Amino acid sequence: MTDAATETRTVVVEREIPYPPEKIWRALTQPHLIAEWLMKGDFAPIMGRQFRLSGDWGGVDCEVLAIEPHETLSYTWNYAHDDPAYALESVVTFTLTPTATGTLLRMEQVGFRPDQKQAYQGARLGWRQHLENLEKTVAGLG
Amino acid sequence: MSGAHDILFKTLADPTRRAIFERLCREGEKTVAALTARAGVSQPVVSKHLGVLKQAGLVEGRHEGRNTHYRAQLGALTPLMDWTRQMAGFWESRFDDLEDLLKRMDQ
Repeated sequence: MTDAATETRTVVVEREIPYPPEKIWRALTQPHLIAEWLMKGDFAPIMGRQFRLSGDWGGVDCEVLAIEPHETLSYTWNYAHDDPAYALESVVTFTLTPTATGTLLRMEQVGFRPDQKQAYQGARLGWRQHLENLEKTVAGLG
Repeated sequence: MSGAHDILFKTLADPTRRAIFERLCREGEKTVAALTARAGVSQPVVSKHLGVLKQAGLVEGRHEGRNTHYRAQLGALTPLMDWTRQMAGFWESRFDDLEDLLKRMDQ
């Protein structure tokens, strides 16, 4: 199967949460708070920051790909395993949208099979380019 | 259970066939002769198993001279792994914990 639709697998989980984006952002970006709902790790809200999130079962290797305070946070979510069938390379993106009663929190995880390095690198490059464009736009605003 | 699941389960139910597939997963591309050396069955039997694996999309053959090199197609296992459902369950339960945390942050 070479259809582009079969090359990636995407998981989307959305939830309306009765708190403002600023508060949820703290829970997404402060390591002692991340540890309380996701996993322990040495996250820092810096572009390119590499960190590891560890749980009882092991851990995932991450790198910050995009960060827009109170709006978007994206990092790689890679799980190394000797058996390629269990290994995973993916990108997790959190998007926060204010609503009348709080925030719509959206988590999108795009995963790539281990034999799809090319697609994975392509997606990463896509993010980088997107962010470079964003930087240029912001710089242009003076 | 879907047809894709049925075919995968049936194909991998045979222990000799499963052993051939697992070996291709572990050790990479192999010829029929190399697989026969450790399969404990004759070359025609190995060839027959490879044919069934190929039909299920679990292996692919590549011709080189007079030999065919077989390799595992891990992508064919995707329906069994049901990755999407597992990960969605993981994130739903993480979001439950996140909501609990946000409530506690109020105090």
